[in-house]
Amino acid sequence: MSLPSHGAATVAVGGSGVPMGRLIGLAALAVLLVAPFALYPVFLMKVLCFALFACAFNLLIGFSGLLSFGHAAFFGGAAYVTAHTVKVWGLSPELGILLGTVTAAGMGLVFGGIAIRRQGIYFAMITLALSQMVFFLALQLPFTHGEDGIQAVPRGTLFGLFDLNHPFTMYYFVLAVFLFGFAVIWRTVHSPFGQVLKAIRENEPRAISLGYRTDRYKLLAFVLSAALAGMAGGTKAIVFQLATLTDVQWQMSGEVVLMTLLGGMGTLSGPVVGAALVVALENYLAATNLPVPVVIGAIFVACVLLFRRGIAGEILARFGNGRPQA
Amino acid sequence: MMGTIFGIPPQALFGQLLLGLINGSFYALLSLGLAVIFGMLNVINFAHGALYMMGAFVSWLLLTQFGIGYWWALLLAPMIVGLFGVALEKTLLSRLYKLDHLYGLLLTFGCALMIEGAFRHLYGVSGQPYPIPEALRGGQNLGFMFLPNYRGWVVVASLIVCISTWIAIEKTKLGAYLRAATENPVLVQAFGINVPRMVTLTYAFGVALAGLAGVLAAPIYQVSPLMGSNLIIVVFAVVVIGGMGSILGAVLTGYGLGLLEGLTKVFYPEASNIVVFVIMAVVLMIKPAGLFGRER
Repeated sequence: MSLPSHGAATVAVGGSGVPMGRLIGLAALAVLLVAPFALYPVFLMKVLCFALFACAFNLLIGFSGLLSFGHAAFFGGAAYVTAHTVKVWGLSPELGILLGTVTAAGMGLVFGGIAIRRQGIYFAMITLALSQMVFFLALQLPFTHGEDGIQAVPRGTLFGLFDLNHPFTMYYFVLAVFLFGFAVIWRTVHSPFGQVLKAIRENEPRAISLGYRTDRYKLLAFVLSAALAGMAGGTKAIVFQLATLTDVQWQMSGEVVLMTLLGGMGTLSGPVVGAALVVALENYLAATNLPVPVVIGAIFVACVLLFRRGIAGEILARFGNGRPQA
Repeated sequence: MMGTIFGIPPQALFGQLLLGLINGSFYALLSLGLAVIFGMLNVINFAHGALYMMGAFVSWLLLTQFGIGYWWALLLAPMIVGLFGVALEKTLLSRLYKLDHLYGLLLTFGCALMIEGAFRHLYGVSGQPYPIPEALRGGQNLGFMFLPNYRGWVVVASLIVCISTWIAIEKTKLGAYLRAATENPVLVQAFGINVPRMVTLTYAFGVALAGLAGVLAAPIYQVSPLMGSNLIIVVFAVVVIGGMGSILGAVLTGYGLGLLEGLTKVFYPEASNIVVFVIMAVVLMIKPAGLFGRER
């Protein structure tokens, strides 16, 4: 692989020389700020939750080369913890989400510690098996209420000030959570730590020979990814006032893989694009008579066979400087 | 009356052990197929559970649409699933061999979703009953327990298939080619053996084993589109525990874990769903390469 270029492609726009990537980012932010006036807020919030989930997943596969097939465990596990603490313990939504995130991070520490003992395909199978264990726990433990899940979770008031029952307030809170998570990922990828992760992805034996304890780096990346996936899951539980078995099922793990693959693994914006497309597609399919899993599976196959770089990856490869970064 | 064993009536204990042995037979057949495919193609076949379901559905369709009974289905269903496997390998999988193995996993995952989704769309989620064949109805009283004939047949049949597969791979000329091609495909091809065809046939054989397991399962479990998806994840755990290096290891781990699951159902039923995953975690802590695996 060629040497990574730092920063985005610099294109002179109006002679000012503002980095292209930053302009696109600002435009996207502006769109997100006004979006609820044009589109259904619940749909947008769903997109943002899944976008954060996919970005967290992408931190692992895209930047450290670890394919987790069990991220639903963190997403759904955090959703259950948030829903339970807010509904039964009466915690405020921000504390509930925080607890969900911390739980997911703890689970990530345990699962990651077990899974990084093997690599490649085995890593995927181990994470899948561990998340299936979480699924059975969610099915059997008393506080998760089995098939019913935790329903009618109150949205509550954020910091005791903002009433989240108002859709716009809820939307801007979700947007803030998403931007925070995205910023954490951006910062991680562009830090020395992120560079080491990429080195491990490209050539692990070499990274070891350079003196890096690669297992520690991989574990930290795993915990970070699990925590952010948990943050997405907890936020989702507040938005939809619901935590169910769907959130911890293996299909959910597959879905986040698809979002990232479709959008572009190893690009920062790809998972957001992929999540938006998949959520929109599922909304559309729900109204038709087409079988959703068949369509999702077909897209999976098409992605793997035809455009493995994903949408953002293909665009960057064609119009960028040949190196997916932005 | 024999009294109790560890406070459990023997009928209950042996009953659950038999159930465990039957589950173990399916774990063994499926993980055997996965190991054979992985050895040759370096692909983890995520569609294995879906193809197992397909085997069961094909035999159900043969019976209800064409009046073809169990014994013919035992031959035809694996062949049909195997042919489907040939098509899958030729059109899709063969394009990915030069890429990272993870793409094979993702591709077969997509295939699994499509196959399961299609059957669910056509036949709904509810299970379809499949009658036990005439010759295998009834059962034997063994003194300490009652053994239904069909369940005994499943255990014997899966043992025969597993052992003959092992012999075919370890002791025959064809198996020697196969093992050689696993080690060094380029060299084997240089000796004039058609390795790509061997790869296709290996995949077909592996998925035919899944199809066969599906036929065997049809009279025990109901034939439903979702019967394979949860099973395949347990089989993945079995494969991780056993290590993919050895055929015999995959088979032994399959039976062993089935029995352990049965025991768990007797002594601590709440944990019976997760016991395999817990064992997987423990094995990974102690011996990361798996019980029979080689560290690569």
